[in-house]
This record gives sequence, structure tokens and C-alpha cells, in this order.
Amino acid sequence: MNKLRNLLIVATAALLASCSAEDRQPANTGVYMLLDTSGTYAEELDKAEQIIRYTLSRLDATDAFAVARIDTGSFSEKDIIAKASFDDRPSAVNRQKRAFAESVHEFVENVESAPYTDITGGILQAVEFLNEKGTGNKTILIFSDLKEDLQEGYVRDIELELDGFEIIALTVTKLRSDNMDPREYLGRLEEWQTRVEGTGGTWRVVNDLDSLEGLL
Amino acid sequence: MLGITPWPIVSALLWIVLIVLALYLVRVTAHKTIDAATQALSRSLKLASRAVARSEKHLAARNRDVLLAAGREAKERIIEREFDRINDSVRKDLANYSALHRTLSESIGRIEKDHQEAVDVPPDPPGWVRAVEAVAELDSREGRVKVGNILSDIHKSLIKAHKEAMVAYHKASATRHRLLRQMRPEWRQVQQTLGQIGKNVDSLLARSVTIDRLMQEYEDIVRDKDRAMSVLSSSSLVNFFVSAFVLMIAIGGATINFSLIARPMAEMVGGTNLIGGFRTADIAALVIIMVEISMGLFLMESLRITRLFPVIGALNDKLRVRMIWITFTILFLLASVEAGLAYMREVLLHDELATSALLRGDIGAAGTATNQYLWITTAAQMGMGFILPFALVFVAIPLETFVHSLRTVVGMALQSLLRAFALVLRILGNIFEFIGQFLKQVYDLTLFVPLWIEERLQKSGEPEPELGRLS
Repeated sequence: MNKLRNLLIVATAALLASCSAEDRQPANTGVYMLLDTSGTYAEELDKAEQIIRYTLSRLDATDAFAVARIDTGSFSEKDIIAKASFDDRPSAVNRQKRAFAESVHEFVENVESAPYTDITGGILQAVEFLNEKGTGNKTILIFSDLKEDLQEGYVRDIELELDGFEIIALTVTKLRSDNMDPREYLGRLEEWQTRVEGTGGTWRVVNDLDSLEGLL
Repeated sequence: MLGITPWPIVSALLWIVLIVLALYLVRVTAHKTIDAATQALSRSLKLASRAVARSEKHLAARNRDVLLAAGREAKERIIEREFDRINDSVRKDLANYSALHRTLSESIGRIEKDHQEAVDVPPDPPGWVRAVEAVAELDSREGRVKVGNILSDIHKSLIKAHKEAMVAYHKASATRHRLLRQMRPEWRQVQQTLGQIGKNVDSLLARSVTIDRLMQEYEDIVRDKDRAMSVLSSSSLVNFFVSAFVLMIAIGGATINFSLIARPMAEMVGGTNLIGGFRTADIAALVIIMVEISMGLFLMESLRITRLFPVIGALNDKLRVRMIWITFTILFLLASVEAGLAYMREVLLHDELATSALLRGDIGAAGTATNQYLWITTAAQMGMGFILPFALVFVAIPLETFVHSLRTVVGMALQSLLRAFALVLRILGNIFEFIGQFLKQVYDLTLFVPLWIEERLQKSGEPEPELGRLS
């Protein structure tokens, strides 16, 4: 009888250990994509849609995905265009992906250009969203020229908490002024890299849409 | 430090002399030490070799017992089945022997009767000839006239009577022929019946020959004959490899079955839940397949095709039949579930393809993902999902053979291993023995000078042989 009890205790402990081991490190992925809708970037959102579709095809059950626009004040849930926490069942995941793609497509068709670019606010919103989802891998995609243009009164001189986050800047289009002085473009990239890596995150730039395989 | 004299060469020579001297002084002890060490190792190894050899013999005896027991059991089963067949044959063919005998007797009776009736009755002897002769004699002796007229009338009457007799004869002959024709089917029936009896008897004789042969083999096994052993060993090896091959095929079938149901199972238990590092959906699919195989084993056991579980084999017939129906019903339900899951898999696959096409931006492909021929793959998957569980039922047969032959094969492999190990130990023991002698020789080689001196001194100390006496 004692042997049976000991055996049960050991089995339960092993099961709990395996469960707790799983709880420690979830294997799902959370992706938050920021779309710059300011100025001429609004015209390039078809490329962003292509990236979103690719991202959707790479995500699986229990992953989380959200797409938000960068406008004058991006630290707001209202800027989220579409978001989804994918279900556990494959059929439901497919339905969610189709609905997500449909929402994004509608947005791209009817987008209006924003006068300002609040990238920091968007990142703060992304961090909040991904932390709330508690995914194992946290990725923030930024589809922007990375030139922040804040409206007067908006304070964004805030320390970001990006430990465990991967920030990927996508198709960072060069501005006309960059062509005249490339140092401006390189300086922007370096500034963001320093800011991200200084707060514990990892930084990557992907400009070639044909090599999206390594994106996630 | 080593320089005991100002001259190194002299010091070295002195050292050599001292060392050789020391070695010479402890020579006997050194020899004894070398002998003791190598002999201890050699004897230990030889002892171990003998122990392993004894174990190998015990194992061989055990293998022999196992093999003979397995062979005896298998032979008993075969003989039992042969007797069952004979029993069935006797019950089926010879149970109606009395009816057959009656049919034959009746047929023979009818033939006899018909034969008696068909006997050719010879026509009556012509009695009127004597009357004619008498009348003729009367006519010539008494000289009567007009006797010719009487004779003429008699002649006419006779012709008439003859004709009537002939008609009656023909009629009788026709009746006889008819009776003989009637006898023909009776003869055929008798011939067929006897032929059938002959076949049955031949079949019984053939079975009795088989039983004789099997009994001979059984007796060989019981008497523990070497020939039976070698036959059983080779048969066991063949069974092992053949059953292993069939089991590999079955594992392939089970893998396909698994891939058919693992994906749709995610719809039921979730696609990302893990138990012990494995996906719950995969575990659930595996459990379904395992349950199917178990049901198959129980079904085969209940049908008494295999004998892996003595408890099931010992059940009474009523319970056994119930168990057959229960296991078959569970198997049928699981097969139906699998067919449904296979259908679900196809639906999910189309859904996924359509979603992928949509995400690729291939709107046309997304719309036409389901074409008119896809029902073929759907039907094929459903058919496989339904049939594979029943096909896996037959795994029980090679599994039983594999389990039984595995004991023998593992025993034989262990026996060979122990034999090889004993040989290696024995060789090592001998090697250590020779190493001892070799080390002593090497030791003595360094002392060749004092040994030579010792030999010379011994020879000089010995008395000279008397030459005069020798001559």
C-alpha cells in the first residue's frame, strides 16, 4: 500500500514538474506590427499588407497578432486595426486569419494619411499588448521610415522596457533629405538601434521583401 | 647524486653491477612474485571462464526446455486442430452413414427386383409338333382321307398361335428392356454414393497420415531428440524474422493511420496542449490506435486464433462469444470514428489550403481549392481510416509468433554471447600464464652474467664422470 502511495506521489510530482516546466517558457509567438500612415508612407501600405499576410501564414495556434497604425498619438487601443489571439483549434485559426486579412485589406483600401508620426507611442502600446498576452516570443514589426514627428504637447521621452523583445524595422524607405545627406538616414537607424538595445531589446532591419523567410 | 665515483662511466658500471647483484639476490622471490601475480590472474580468469561456461550450459538447457515446450505446445495445437477437422469430417460425412446405407440397400433391392423381372423367359416348347406327328401317323396307318384338311386347319391355327406367342414375346422383351433402363439411374446413384464414401475415406486416410507424421514429430520432441531441437531452432529463427518483417509492415500501417487522425484530433483536444513534452493531439491519436490494436488482440484471443492471454482462452464459450461481439463493436465504432476523422482531415486540409492561397494573395486558387476530383482522395482517406483498424487486428498473429520466437532467439543470442565471453576469458587466462613465463625470462635475461657464473660454479662443483667406467 505504501509502495503504491509512493508511486502515485512520484508520478504526480513528475506530471507537475513537466507541467510547470511548460508554464515557465511558453513557446507561442506574439507579433505587433506598426504601420506608418503619415505622408507618402500611406501609399506604400500594400507592401505592409503583403508582410501582414506573410506573418499570418507563419503564425500558428495560440499565437497573438495585432496590427496598429502610427498616427499623431499612437499610444491608444483605437489605433489597433486588427488583433487576434489564435485559437487552439486549426479550423478556428484559419477562420481568424481570413477575418484578420480581410480587416487589414479594408484598412489599406480606405487609409487616410496622418499628419504626425508617433513611433514611440506605438511601441509603448505594442509592449503593453504583448506583455498582456504573455507570449514566449515577442516581436514588434515597424513599417516606417523611422522619422518620428510628434505633435506639440506629446511627451515621448520615455524609457522603453524592451527586455525580451525583438524589434524589426521593415522597408525603411529613404526620404528625399536622406538622399541628399545619407548620414541622416544612417543616424536614424543608429539612434533607434541604440535606443532599443539600450533597453534590453534586439534590433534588426529588413528591407528586402523577397527575403521574408527569416522574419519570424 | 648517482655519481658514486668521480668517473661517470665507472659510476654507471658500478650501478649496473649493484643492480644486477640485487636482482640476482632477489631472483627467487621475484620469480615467485611474478608467478603468484600471473597465476592468480590466470586462474581467476579461467575460473570465471568456467563459471560463464556453466552459465552458458544452464542457459542452453533452459533454452532447450523453452524450445521443446514451445514446440510441444505448437505441435499439440496442430494435432488438436487436425483431430478437430477429423471430428468435423466424421460428423459431417459419416453421421448420415445409416441413411446412406439404407439408400444403398434400397437401390440394390430395386436393382435386384428389376433384374429378376427382366429375366428372359424362353418361349414354350412347341407341344403341337408331337400332335401333328401323331395325326400324320394315324393318316398313313389307317388310310383315312381328308386328313390333309384337318392338318391344314391345324396348320393355320398353329400359325396364328405362333404369331400370338411372338407378339407376347416381343412385349415381354420390351418390358424387360424398360426395366433394365430403369436400373441405370439406380446403378449411377450407387456408383456416386460409393464414390463419395471413397472420397471421405481417402480424406480421412490422408488426415490420419498427417496425424501420424505430426505424432512422430511430437514424440521426437517429447523424447528430446536432437533432430527435433534443430528443426525447432531453425523454425523459431524463421518465425522470428518473418514475424518481425510483418510487424514492421504493421508499424508502417499504424504510422499512416496515425497521420490520418493526428491532425483532426487537434480539433478535439486542441493543437498546442502538451503532456510530457508531446502534443496532446498526437497522444490521443496514438491512444486510439493502441486501443484498436488491443481490441484486435482481444478479438483474436476470443476467436482462439492466438493464445497470448490464457484468461481469455479459458473463458467459457458463452462469455467468449460475448467478448467477441463486444470487442468487434468497439473496433467497429473506433473504425467509424477514424473514418470521420479522416474526412475531417480532408476538410481541414482544404480549409488550410484556401487560407494559405488567400494569404498568398492568390484569390483564384483560394476559390478553386476544392475541385471536382477531390472527393476521390476524401473517399480514399475515409476508406483507409475505416479499414486500417481492422487490418491492424491481424497484428495479433505475427505478434504472438514474435513474442514466442523472441524468447528462443534472445536465449540463443545470450548463449552465443556467454560462449564467446567464456572463450575470451579462457584465452586471457592462458595469455596471463604465458606472460608470467615471459616476464621471468626477461628478468633472467638481465642477469645472464651471474647466472652464467652460477652455472659454471655448479658444474665445477659436480664430480667428474669417471672416464674409465664409462669406457
